[in-house]
Amino acid sequence: MTQPVIRVSGIRKTYGPVVAVDDVSFEVRRGEIFGLVGPNGAGKTTTMECLEGLRSPERGAISVLGLDPFRAGTALKVRIGVQLQEAQLQKRLKVGEALRFWASIYPKTVDPEALLEQLGLREKRNAWFMTLSGGQKQRLFIALALINDPEVVFLDELTTGLDPQARRAIWELVRGIRERGKTVVLTTHLMEEAERLCDRVAILEHGRVIDVDTPRGLVARHCPERVVEVTTADPSARERFLTLPGVEAVDSDGSSLSIRGANANLVADVIQCISRHGIVVTDFHSTVPSLEDVFLRLTGHSMRD
Amino acid sequence: MKGLWQLTWLEIKIFAREPLGLFGTVGVPVLVFLVLGRFLRATANPASPEEAFLQDGLPVLAAIMMTTSAVVSLVTIIAIYREGGILKRLRATPLHPVTILTAHVLVKLLFTALTLGLLLAVGRRYYAPDTAMEFAAFAGALLFSTAGVLSLGFLIASMVPTARFAQPLAAVIFYPMIALSGLFFPSAVLPPSAREVVRVLPMTYVVSLLQGVWRGEALSSHLWDMAIIVLFGATFTALASRFFRWE
Repeated sequence: MTQPVIRVSGIRKTYGPVVAVDDVSFEVRRGEIFGLVGPNGAGKTTTMECLEGLRSPERGAISVLGLDPFRAGTALKVRIGVQLQEAQLQKRLKVGEALRFWASIYPKTVDPEALLEQLGLREKRNAWFMTLSGGQKQRLFIALALINDPEVVFLDELTTGLDPQARRAIWELVRGIRERGKTVVLTTHLMEEAERLCDRVAILEHGRVIDVDTPRGLVARHCPERVVEVTTADPSARERFLTLPGVEAVDSDGSSLSIRGANANLVADVIQCISRHGIVVTDFHSTVPSLEDVFLRLTGHSMRD
Repeated sequence: MKGLWQLTWLEIKIFAREPLGLFGTVGVPVLVFLVLGRFLRATANPASPEEAFLQDGLPVLAAIMMTTSAVVSLVTIIAIYREGGILKRLRATPLHPVTILTAHVLVKLLFTALTLGLLLAVGRRYYAPDTAMEFAAFAGALLFSTAGVLSLGFLIASMVPTARFAQPLAAVIFYPMIALSGLFFPSAVLPPSAREVVRVLPMTYVVSLLQGVWRGEALSSHLWDMAIIVLFGATFTALASRFFRWE
Protein backbone atom coordinates (compact mmCIF):
# COMPACT_ATOMS: atom_id res chain seq x y z
CA MET A 1 0.00 0.00 0.00
CA THR A 2 1.27 3.48 -0.84
CA GLN A 3 2.28 5.87 1.88
CA PRO A 4 -0.63 8.09 3.06
CA VAL A 5 -0.29 11.77 2.09
CA ILE A 6 -2.76 12.82 4.75
CA ARG A 7 -3.07 11.38 8.20
CA VAL A 8 -5.77 12.61 10.55
CA SER A 9 -5.91 11.20 14.05
CA GLY A 10 -8.52 11.99 16.63
CA ILE A 11 -9.19 15.64 15.79
CA ARG A 12 -11.84 17.60 17.61
CA LYS A 13 -13.13 21.10 16.91
CA THR A 14 -15.85 23.02 18.73
CA TYR A 15 -17.54 26.35 18.12
CA GLY A 16 -18.73 27.48 21.53
CA PRO A 17 -21.06 24.76 22.77
CA VAL A 18 -21.33 23.11 19.33
CA VAL A 19 -19.03 20.17 18.67
CA ALA A 20 -18.42 20.35 14.92
CA VAL A 21 -15.85 17.58 14.69
CA ASP A 22 -15.41 14.92 17.32
CA ASP A 23 -12.59 12.39 17.26
CA VAL A 24 -12.23 12.16 13.48
CA SER A 25 -9.50 9.92 12.08
CA PHE A 26 -8.71 8.75 8.54
CA GLU A 27 -5.91 8.48 6.03
CA VAL A 28 -5.73 9.57 2.41
CA ARG A 29 -3.49 7.71 -0.02
CA ARG A 30 -1.46 9.27 -2.80
CA GLY A 31 -3.26 9.60 -6.11
CA GLU A 32 -6.77 8.77 -4.91
CA ILE A 33 -9.97 10.78 -4.84
CA PHE A 34 -11.05 10.70 -1.23
CA GLY A 35 -14.51 11.89 -0.26
CA LEU A 36 -15.84 13.21 3.01
CA VAL A 37 -19.55 12.59 2.71
CA GLY A 38 -22.46 13.27 4.97
CA PRO A 39 -25.39 15.62 5.46
CA ASN A 40 -25.00 19.36 6.01
CA GLY A 41 -23.61 20.05 9.46
CA ALA A 42 -21.84 16.68 9.70
CA GLY A 43 -18.45 18.36 10.09
CA LYS A 44 -17.13 17.91 6.54
CA THR A 45 -16.14 21.51 5.92
CA THR A 46 -14.63 21.98 9.36
CA THR A 47 -12.53 18.85 8.86
CA MET A 48 -11.48 20.10 5.43
CA GLU A 49 -10.55 23.55 6.75
CA CYS A 50 -8.39 21.93 9.41
CA LEU A 51 -6.59 20.03 6.63
CA GLU A 52 -6.11 23.27 4.69
CA GLY A 53 -4.58 25.01 7.71
CA LEU A 54 -7.41 27.54 8.00
CA ARG A 55 -8.45 26.18 11.39
CA SER A 56 -6.62 24.55 14.21
CA PRO A 57 -8.20 21.51 15.87
CA GLU A 58 -8.35 21.58 19.66
CA ARG A 59 -7.26 17.97 19.95
CA GLY A 60 -5.66 15.37 17.76
CA ALA A 61 -3.07 15.62 15.04
CA ILE A 62 -3.06 16.23 11.29
CA SER A 63 -0.27 15.59 8.87
CA VAL A 64 -0.59 16.76 5.26
CA LEU A 65 2.45 15.93 3.10
CA GLY A 66 4.29 15.39 6.37
CA LEU A 67 3.46 18.89 7.71
CA ASP A 68 1.14 20.24 10.38
CA PRO A 69 -1.20 22.39 8.25
CA PHE A 70 -1.95 25.10 10.81
CA ARG A 71 1.69 25.61 11.76
CA ALA A 72 3.39 25.01 8.43
CA GLY A 73 1.86 28.15 6.86
CA THR A 74 3.33 29.01 3.48
CA ALA A 75 5.49 25.89 3.34
CA LEU A 76 2.31 23.84 2.93
CA LYS A 77 0.11 26.41 1.18
CA VAL A 78 2.38 26.40 -1.88
CA ARG A 79 2.02 22.61 -2.17
CA ILE A 80 -1.77 22.34 -1.89
CA GLY A 81 -4.66 23.64 -3.97
CA VAL A 82 -7.83 24.83 -2.30
CA GLN A 83 -11.39 25.43 -3.42
CA LEU A 84 -13.60 26.72 -0.62
CA GLN A 85 -17.32 26.18 -0.18
CA GLU A 86 -19.47 29.02 -1.54
CA ALA A 87 -16.44 31.19 -2.17
CA GLN A 88 -16.64 34.38 -4.18
CA LEU A 89 -14.08 36.62 -5.80
CA GLN A 90 -14.17 40.35 -6.35
CA LYS A 91 -17.23 40.99 -8.52
CA ARG A 92 -15.35 43.02 -11.11
CA LEU A 93 -12.23 40.89 -11.22
CA LYS A 94 -11.55 39.43 -14.64
CA VAL A 95 -10.99 35.71 -15.06
CA GLY A 96 -7.58 36.21 -16.68
CA GLU A 97 -6.51 38.71 -14.01
CA ALA A 98 -7.45 36.31 -11.24
CA LEU A 99 -5.36 33.55 -12.76
CA ARG A 100 -2.36 35.76 -13.48
CA PHE A 101 -2.48 37.21 -9.97
CA TRP A 102 -2.69 33.76 -8.41
CA ALA A 103 0.24 32.72 -10.60
CA SER A 104 2.26 35.69 -9.34
CA ILE A 105 2.05 34.71 -5.67
CA TYR A 106 3.22 31.10 -5.97
CA PRO A 107 6.86 30.14 -6.49
CA LYS A 108 6.04 27.37 -8.98
CA THR A 109 3.09 27.53 -11.35
CA VAL A 110 1.63 26.00 -14.46
CA ASP A 111 0.88 28.18 -17.49
CA PRO A 112 -2.30 30.19 -16.71
CA GLU A 113 -3.28 30.31 -20.37
CA ALA A 114 -3.03 26.54 -20.73
CA LEU A 115 -5.12 26.11 -17.61
CA LEU A 116 -7.83 28.45 -18.95
CA GLU A 117 -7.86 26.41 -22.12
CA GLN A 118 -8.16 23.08 -20.30
CA LEU A 119 -11.02 24.31 -18.13
CA GLY A 120 -12.90 25.80 -21.05
CA LEU A 121 -12.58 29.37 -19.82
CA ARG A 122 -10.48 30.81 -22.62
CA GLU A 123 -13.26 32.85 -24.17
CA LYS A 124 -14.19 34.08 -20.67
CA ARG A 125 -10.74 35.44 -19.81
CA ASN A 126 -11.91 39.06 -20.01
CA ALA A 127 -15.24 38.49 -18.28
CA TRP A 128 -15.89 39.86 -14.80
CA PHE A 129 -16.35 37.28 -12.07
CA MET A 130 -19.91 38.50 -11.41
CA THR A 131 -20.97 37.69 -14.98
CA LEU A 132 -19.95 34.02 -14.83
CA SER A 133 -22.46 31.19 -14.46
CA GLY A 134 -22.27 28.89 -11.45
CA GLY A 135 -20.44 26.24 -13.44
CA GLN A 136 -17.96 28.76 -14.85
CA LYS A 137 -17.24 30.11 -11.37
CA GLN A 138 -16.54 26.62 -10.11
CA ARG A 139 -14.26 25.93 -13.08
CA LEU A 140 -12.39 29.14 -12.30
CA PHE A 141 -12.00 28.04 -8.68
CA ILE A 142 -10.67 24.70 -9.87
CA ALA A 143 -8.22 26.57 -12.09
CA LEU A 144 -7.08 28.67 -9.12
CA ALA A 145 -6.71 25.50 -7.05
CA LEU A 146 -4.48 23.99 -9.76
CA ILE A 147 -2.39 27.06 -10.67
CA ASN A 148 0.48 26.12 -8.35
CA ASP A 149 0.66 22.54 -9.63
CA PRO A 150 -0.28 21.25 -6.16
CA GLU A 151 0.30 17.76 -4.84
CA VAL A 152 -3.00 17.65 -2.97
CA VAL A 153 -6.20 19.40 -4.06
CA PHE A 154 -9.06 20.15 -1.66
CA LEU A 155 -12.52 20.65 -3.14
CA ASP A 156 -15.35 21.64 -0.81
CA GLU A 157 -18.92 21.08 -2.08
CA LEU A 158 -17.71 21.63 -5.60
CA THR A 159 -20.95 20.93 -7.43
CA THR A 160 -23.50 22.29 -4.99
CA GLY A 161 -26.03 24.43 -6.80
CA LEU A 162 -25.00 23.26 -10.27
CA ASP A 163 -27.37 21.67 -12.76
CA PRO A 164 -26.78 17.98 -13.58
CA GLN A 165 -25.01 18.72 -16.85
CA ALA A 166 -22.52 21.16 -15.30
CA ARG A 167 -22.07 18.68 -12.46
CA ARG A 168 -21.05 15.90 -14.84
CA ALA A 169 -18.60 18.22 -16.60
CA ILE A 170 -17.01 19.06 -13.23
CA TRP A 171 -16.75 15.35 -12.36
CA GLU A 172 -14.77 14.82 -15.56
CA LEU A 173 -12.42 17.64 -14.56
CA VAL A 174 -11.87 16.11 -11.13
CA ARG A 175 -11.06 12.74 -12.68
CA GLY A 176 -8.61 14.62 -14.89
CA ILE A 177 -6.89 15.99 -11.76
CA ARG A 178 -6.41 12.45 -10.49
CA GLU A 179 -5.07 11.41 -13.89
CA ARG A 180 -2.29 13.96 -13.42
CA GLY A 181 -1.18 12.03 -10.36
CA LYS A 182 -2.60 14.43 -7.80
CA THR A 183 -4.43 13.47 -4.66
CA VAL A 184 -7.94 14.90 -4.34
CA VAL A 185 -9.90 15.34 -1.13
CA LEU A 186 -13.46 16.47 -1.63
CA THR A 187 -16.57 16.94 0.45
CA THR A 188 -20.07 16.33 -0.81
CA HIS A 189 -23.53 15.81 0.56
CA LEU A 190 -24.50 14.09 -2.68
CA MET A 191 -24.18 10.34 -2.29
CA GLU A 192 -24.38 9.88 -6.04
CA GLU A 193 -21.39 12.18 -6.49
CA ALA A 194 -19.38 10.27 -3.89
CA GLU A 195 -20.30 6.96 -5.45
CA ARG A 196 -19.33 7.96 -8.99
CA LEU A 197 -16.27 10.04 -8.27
CA CYS A 198 -14.52 8.81 -5.15
CA ASP A 199 -12.09 5.93 -4.84
CA ARG A 200 -12.74 5.86 -1.10
CA VAL A 201 -15.13 7.72 1.14
CA ALA A 202 -15.43 8.52 4.82
CA ILE A 203 -19.03 8.82 5.95
CA LEU A 204 -19.46 11.54 8.53
CA GLU A 205 -22.33 12.26 10.82
CA HIS A 206 -22.59 14.53 13.85
CA GLY A 207 -18.87 15.24 13.64
CA ARG A 208 -17.83 11.59 13.66
CA VAL A 209 -16.56 9.19 11.03
CA ILE A 210 -18.94 6.27 10.86
CA ASP A 211 -17.00 4.20 8.35
CA VAL A 212 -14.30 4.49 5.67
CA ASP A 213 -13.96 2.33 2.57
CA THR A 214 -14.51 2.20 -1.18
CA PRO A 215 -18.15 2.87 -2.11
CA ARG A 216 -18.42 -0.76 -3.27
CA GLY A 217 -16.87 -2.02 -0.05
CA LEU A 218 -19.28 0.01 2.06
CA VAL A 219 -22.27 -1.30 0.14
CA ALA A 220 -21.05 -4.91 0.38
CA ARG A 221 -20.41 -4.56 4.10
CA HIS A 222 -23.53 -2.71 5.20
CA CYS A 223 -26.11 -3.45 2.51
CA PRO A 224 -25.33 -6.89 1.09
CA GLU A 225 -28.98 -7.58 0.21
CA ARG A 226 -30.40 -7.23 -3.28
CA VAL A 227 -34.00 -6.51 -4.16
CA VAL A 228 -35.74 -7.84 -7.25
CA GLU A 229 -39.25 -6.71 -8.05
CA VAL A 230 -41.36 -8.92 -10.28
CA THR A 231 -44.90 -8.30 -11.47
CA THR A 232 -46.81 -11.48 -12.21
CA ALA A 233 -50.33 -12.88 -11.98
CA ASP A 234 -49.00 -16.40 -11.30
CA PRO A 235 -50.23 -17.41 -7.79
CA SER A 236 -47.44 -19.97 -7.35
CA ALA A 237 -44.64 -17.46 -8.00
CA ARG A 238 -44.28 -16.27 -4.42
CA GLU A 239 -43.73 -19.80 -3.03
CA ARG A 240 -41.20 -20.58 -5.76
CA PHE A 241 -39.16 -17.43 -5.12
CA LEU A 242 -39.09 -18.17 -1.39
CA THR A 243 -37.18 -21.40 -2.04
CA LEU A 244 -34.32 -19.62 -3.83
CA PRO A 245 -30.97 -19.53 -1.96
CA GLY A 246 -30.44 -16.53 0.31
CA VAL A 247 -33.95 -15.16 -0.09
CA GLU A 248 -35.12 -13.66 3.19
CA ALA A 249 -38.55 -12.38 2.27
CA VAL A 250 -40.95 -11.98 -0.59
CA ASP A 251 -43.37 -9.15 0.04
CA SER A 252 -46.39 -8.92 -2.19
CA ASP A 253 -48.31 -5.85 -3.06
CA GLY A 254 -51.13 -7.01 -5.33
CA SER A 255 -49.48 -8.64 -8.32
CA SER A 256 -46.08 -7.05 -7.55
CA LEU A 257 -43.59 -9.17 -5.62
CA SER A 258 -40.56 -7.76 -3.91
CA ILE A 259 -37.86 -10.40 -3.40
CA ARG A 260 -35.13 -9.55 -0.89
CA GLY A 261 -32.03 -11.54 -0.03
CA ALA A 262 -28.34 -11.27 0.82
CA ASN A 263 -27.34 -13.21 -2.26
CA ALA A 264 -25.01 -11.57 -4.78
CA ASN A 265 -26.51 -13.79 -7.53
CA LEU A 266 -30.09 -13.04 -6.62
CA VAL A 267 -30.94 -11.48 -9.97
CA ALA A 268 -29.62 -14.45 -11.96
CA ASP A 269 -31.33 -16.91 -9.64
CA VAL A 270 -34.69 -15.16 -9.99
CA ILE A 271 -34.42 -15.06 -13.79
CA GLN A 272 -33.54 -18.77 -13.88
CA CYS A 273 -36.48 -19.58 -11.63
CA ILE A 274 -38.86 -17.58 -13.86
CA SER A 275 -37.78 -19.37 -17.02
CA ARG A 276 -37.63 -22.84 -15.42
CA HIS A 277 -41.21 -22.62 -14.16
CA GLY A 278 -42.60 -20.64 -17.07
CA ILE A 279 -43.82 -17.83 -14.84
CA VAL A 280 -45.45 -15.12 -16.93
CA VAL A 281 -43.86 -11.83 -15.90
CA THR A 282 -45.18 -8.43 -16.97
CA ASP A 283 -42.52 -6.31 -15.27
CA PHE A 284 -39.06 -6.87 -13.84
CA HIS A 285 -36.92 -4.54 -11.86
CA SER A 286 -33.78 -4.99 -9.78
CA THR A 287 -32.27 -2.57 -7.29
CA VAL A 288 -28.65 -2.46 -6.21
CA PRO A 289 -28.12 -0.70 -2.88
CA SER A 290 -26.27 2.60 -3.04
CA LEU A 291 -24.27 4.70 -0.60
CA GLU A 292 -27.58 6.38 0.18
CA ASP A 293 -28.84 3.02 1.51
CA VAL A 294 -25.58 2.54 3.42
CA PHE A 295 -26.10 5.90 5.09
CA LEU A 296 -29.68 5.01 5.93
CA ARG A 297 -28.58 1.67 7.36
CA LEU A 298 -25.79 3.23 9.43
CA THR A 299 -27.66 6.22 10.81
CA GLY A 300 -31.28 5.14 10.76
CA HIS A 301 -32.32 8.17 8.75
CA SER A 302 -31.93 9.37 5.18
CA MET A 303 -29.47 12.03 4.05
CA ARG A 304 -32.22 14.52 3.40
CA ASP A 305 -33.78 14.39 6.87
CA MET B 1 5.07 41.27 1.42
CA LYS B 2 5.23 39.20 -1.77
CA GLY B 3 2.25 39.97 -3.97
CA LEU B 4 1.55 43.38 -2.42
CA TRP B 5 2.01 45.41 -5.59
CA GLN B 6 0.16 42.91 -7.72
CA LEU B 7 -2.77 42.85 -5.31
CA THR B 8 -2.78 46.64 -4.93
CA TRP B 9 -2.82 47.10 -8.70
CA LEU B 10 -5.61 44.55 -9.00
CA GLU B 11 -7.71 46.29 -6.35
CA ILE B 12 -7.13 49.67 -8.02
CA LYS B 13 -8.48 48.32 -11.28
CA ILE B 14 -11.44 46.66 -9.57
CA PHE B 15 -12.30 49.86 -7.68
CA ALA B 16 -12.05 51.94 -10.83
CA ARG B 17 -14.56 49.60 -12.53
CA GLU B 18 -17.34 50.57 -10.13
CA PRO B 19 -18.66 53.89 -11.43
CA LEU B 20 -20.70 54.80 -8.36
CA GLY B 21 -17.90 54.10 -5.90
CA LEU B 22 -15.44 56.02 -8.01
CA PHE B 23 -17.80 59.00 -8.25
CA GLY B 24 -18.43 58.96 -4.48
CA THR B 25 -14.73 58.84 -3.71
CA VAL B 26 -13.28 61.19 -6.30
CA GLY B 27 -16.23 63.15 -7.62
CA VAL B 28 -18.16 64.16 -4.51
CA PRO B 29 -15.39 66.01 -2.61
CA VAL B 30 -14.37 67.86 -5.78
CA LEU B 31 -17.98 68.78 -6.60
CA VAL B 32 -18.70 69.95 -3.05
CA PHE B 33 -15.61 72.10 -3.22
CA LEU B 34 -16.57 73.64 -6.55
CA VAL B 35 -20.26 74.19 -5.77
CA LEU B 36 -19.77 75.57 -2.27
CA GLY B 37 -16.83 77.65 -3.46
CA ARG B 38 -19.00 79.23 -6.11
CA PHE B 39 -21.85 80.05 -3.69
CA LEU B 40 -19.53 81.47 -1.07
CA ARG B 41 -17.60 83.51 -3.58
CA ALA B 42 -20.84 85.01 -4.93
CA THR B 43 -22.03 86.20 -1.53
CA ALA B 44 -18.85 86.91 0.31
CA ASN B 45 -17.18 90.17 1.01
CA PRO B 46 -13.61 90.06 2.24
CA ALA B 47 -14.48 90.55 5.93
CA SER B 48 -17.43 88.14 6.13
CA PRO B 49 -17.38 84.79 7.93
CA GLU B 50 -18.17 83.15 4.57
CA GLU B 51 -14.90 84.44 3.21
CA ALA B 52 -13.05 83.04 6.23
CA PHE B 53 -14.69 79.65 5.65
CA LEU B 54 -13.84 79.86 1.97
CA GLN B 55 -10.21 80.48 2.84
CA ASP B 56 -9.70 77.92 5.62
CA GLY B 57 -12.75 75.80 6.14
CA LEU B 58 -13.80 74.65 2.70
CA PRO B 59 -10.51 73.04 1.63
CA VAL B 60 -10.30 71.25 4.96
CA LEU B 61 -13.94 70.16 4.69
CA ALA B 62 -13.20 68.66 1.27
CA ALA B 63 -10.11 66.95 2.68
CA ILE B 64 -12.10 65.50 5.58
CA MET B 65 -14.68 64.24 3.12
CA MET B 66 -11.92 62.43 1.27
CA THR B 67 -10.64 60.83 4.44
CA THR B 68 -14.14 59.83 5.52
CA SER B 69 -15.10 58.38 2.19
CA ALA B 70 -11.85 56.41 2.20
CA VAL B 71 -12.75 54.92 5.59
CA VAL B 72 -16.40 54.22 4.75
CA SER B 73 -15.36 52.61 1.49
CA LEU B 74 -12.71 50.53 3.26
CA VAL B 75 -15.20 49.30 5.86
CA THR B 76 -17.72 48.42 3.15
CA ILE B 77 -15.19 46.60 0.99
CA ILE B 78 -13.80 44.59 3.91
CA ALA B 79 -17.32 43.68 5.01
CA ILE B 80 -18.30 42.59 1.50
CA TYR B 81 -15.07 40.65 1.04
CA ARG B 82 -15.58 38.91 4.34
CA GLU B 83 -19.22 38.09 3.66
CA GLY B 84 -18.41 36.74 0.19
CA GLY B 85 -15.56 34.59 1.49
CA ILE B 86 -13.03 36.56 -0.58
CA LEU B 87 -10.85 37.28 2.46
CA LYS B 88 -10.94 33.63 3.42
CA ARG B 89 -10.02 32.56 -0.10
CA LEU B 90 -7.06 34.97 -0.15
CA ARG B 91 -5.96 33.66 3.22
CA ALA B 92 -5.75 30.15 1.80
CA THR B 93 -2.99 31.41 -0.53
CA PRO B 94 0.63 32.08 0.46
CA LEU B 95 -0.21 35.80 0.76
CA HIS B 96 0.56 37.18 4.20
CA PRO B 97 -2.63 38.40 5.94
CA VAL B 98 -1.04 41.83 6.46
CA THR B 99 -0.34 42.05 2.72
CA ILE B 100 -4.03 41.52 1.94
CA LEU B 101 -5.10 44.41 4.18
CA THR B 102 -2.19 46.70 3.33
CA ALA B 103 -3.15 46.57 -0.34
CA HIS B 104 -6.51 48.13 0.56
CA VAL B 105 -4.83 50.91 2.54
CA LEU B 106 -2.59 51.70 -0.42
CA VAL B 107 -5.58 51.81 -2.78
CA LYS B 108 -7.40 54.24 -0.49
CA LEU B 109 -4.33 56.46 -0.13
CA LEU B 110 -3.82 56.50 -3.86
CA PHE B 111 -7.39 57.58 -4.57
CA THR B 112 -7.18 60.20 -1.79
CA ALA B 113 -4.06 61.66 -3.40
CA LEU B 114 -5.72 61.55 -6.81
CA THR B 115 -8.81 63.35 -5.51
CA LEU B 116 -6.73 66.01 -3.80
CA GLY B 117 -4.72 66.58 -6.97
CA LEU B 118 -7.91 66.94 -8.99
CA LEU B 119 -9.45 69.27 -6.43
CA LEU B 120 -6.43 71.56 -6.33
CA ALA B 121 -6.24 71.61 -10.09
CA VAL B 122 -9.88 72.33 -10.97
CA GLY B 123 -10.76 74.35 -7.84
CA ARG B 124 -7.92 76.83 -8.16
CA ARG B 125 -10.32 79.78 -8.34
CA TYR B 126 -11.79 79.08 -4.92
CA TYR B 127 -8.71 79.36 -2.82
CA ALA B 128 -6.47 82.36 -2.59
CA PRO B 129 -3.77 82.18 -5.27
CA ASP B 130 -1.26 83.44 -2.75
CA THR B 131 -2.14 80.64 -0.33
CA ALA B 132 0.96 80.30 1.76
CA MET B 133 0.72 76.55 2.19
CA GLU B 134 2.82 74.11 0.30
CA PHE B 135 0.83 71.61 -1.70
CA ALA B 136 3.27 68.87 -0.81
CA ALA B 137 2.94 69.53 2.91
CA PHE B 138 -0.87 69.54 2.70
CA ALA B 139 -0.92 66.38 0.62
CA GLY B 140 1.47 64.77 3.09
CA ALA B 141 -0.68 65.84 6.05
CA LEU B 142 -3.82 64.52 4.36
CA LEU B 143 -2.33 61.14 3.48
CA PHE B 144 -0.82 60.85 6.93
CA SER B 145 -4.22 61.59 8.53
CA THR B 146 -6.05 59.24 6.18
CA ALA B 147 -3.65 56.40 6.99
CA GLY B 148 -4.18 57.05 10.70
CA VAL B 149 -7.96 57.12 10.41
CA LEU B 150 -8.07 54.03 8.15
CA SER B 151 -6.91 52.03 11.15
CA LEU B 152 -10.23 52.97 12.77
CA GLY B 153 -11.83 51.64 9.59
CA PHE B 154 -10.30 48.22 10.23
CA LEU B 155 -11.58 48.32 13.79
CA ILE B 156 -15.11 49.19 12.58
CA ALA B 157 -14.79 46.48 9.93
CA SER B 158 -14.03 43.97 12.69
CA MET B 159 -17.26 44.93 14.41
CA VAL B 160 -19.81 45.06 11.59
CA PRO B 161 -21.84 41.85 11.49
CA THR B 162 -22.70 42.05 7.76
CA ALA B 163 -21.91 44.26 4.79
CA ARG B 164 -25.32 45.92 5.09
CA PHE B 165 -24.31 47.51 8.38
CA ALA B 166 -20.93 48.72 7.18
CA GLN B 167 -21.94 52.04 5.72
CA PRO B 168 -24.46 53.09 8.42
CA LEU B 169 -22.11 52.15 11.25
CA ALA B 170 -19.19 54.01 9.71
CA ALA B 171 -21.45 57.03 9.19
CA VAL B 172 -22.74 56.96 12.78
CA ILE B 173 -19.17 56.93 14.06
CA PHE B 174 -17.74 59.48 11.66
CA TYR B 175 -20.34 62.20 11.16
CA PRO B 176 -20.61 63.28 14.81
CA MET B 177 -16.84 63.15 15.03
CA ILE B 178 -16.58 65.54 12.08
CA ALA B 179 -19.32 67.81 13.41
CA LEU B 180 -17.46 68.19 16.70
CA SER B 181 -13.99 68.37 15.17
CA GLY B 182 -13.73 72.17 15.32
CA LEU B 183 -14.21 72.51 11.59
CA PHE B 184 -17.61 74.21 11.83
CA PHE B 185 -17.38 75.89 15.23
CA PRO B 186 -14.61 76.18 17.80
CA SER B 187 -14.86 73.64 20.60
CA ALA B 188 -14.70 76.55 23.06
CA VAL B 189 -18.43 77.12 22.54
CA LEU B 190 -19.21 73.64 23.87
CA PRO B 191 -19.95 72.86 27.53
CA PRO B 192 -16.86 71.57 29.39
CA SER B 193 -18.01 67.92 29.44
CA ALA B 194 -18.48 67.94 25.65
CA ARG B 195 -15.07 69.53 25.26
CA GLU B 196 -13.57 66.52 27.04
CA VAL B 197 -15.25 64.24 24.51
CA VAL B 198 -13.90 66.30 21.63
CA ARG B 199 -10.40 65.87 23.04
CA VAL B 200 -10.51 62.10 22.62
CA LEU B 201 -11.82 62.11 19.04
CA PRO B 202 -9.12 61.57 16.41
CA MET B 203 -10.86 63.82 13.87
CA THR B 204 -10.23 66.86 16.11
CA TYR B 205 -6.49 66.46 15.60
CA VAL B 206 -6.84 65.72 11.91
CA VAL B 207 -8.78 68.98 11.43
CA SER B 208 -6.29 70.94 13.51
CA LEU B 209 -3.40 69.56 11.46
CA LEU B 210 -5.02 70.13 8.07
CA GLN B 211 -6.31 73.60 8.94
CA GLY B 212 -2.91 74.67 10.22
CA VAL B 213 -1.05 73.38 7.18
CA TRP B 214 -3.57 75.01 4.84
CA ARG B 215 -3.00 78.33 6.59
CA GLY B 216 0.67 77.97 5.85
CA GLU B 217 1.92 76.77 9.22
CA ALA B 218 4.89 74.44 9.15
CA LEU B 219 4.34 70.72 9.75
CA SER B 220 6.83 70.99 12.59
CA SER B 221 4.44 73.28 14.51
CA HIS B 222 1.84 70.45 14.47
CA LEU B 223 3.98 67.66 15.87
CA TRP B 224 1.53 67.29 18.75
CA ASP B 225 -1.41 66.69 16.40
CA MET B 226 0.67 64.25 14.42
CA ALA B 227 1.85 62.40 17.51
CA ILE B 228 -1.75 61.98 18.66
CA ILE B 229 -2.84 60.73 15.24
CA VAL B 230 0.00 58.17 15.35
CA LEU B 231 -1.10 57.15 18.83
CA PHE B 232 -4.71 56.70 17.69
CA GLY B 233 -3.49 54.80 14.62
CA ALA B 234 -1.35 52.46 16.68
CA THR B 235 -4.14 51.84 19.19
CA PHE B 236 -6.77 51.15 16.52
CA THR B 237 -4.38 48.91 14.62
CA ALA B 238 -3.57 46.93 17.75
CA LEU B 239 -7.28 46.56 18.60
CA ALA B 240 -8.19 45.68 15.01
CA SER B 241 -5.47 43.04 14.77
CA ARG B 242 -6.90 41.50 17.91
CA PHE B 243 -10.55 41.56 16.88
CA PHE B 244 -10.31 41.33 13.12
CA ARG B 245 -12.40 38.51 11.66
CA TRP B 246 -11.56 36.95 8.33
CA GLU B 247 -14.90 35.17 7.95
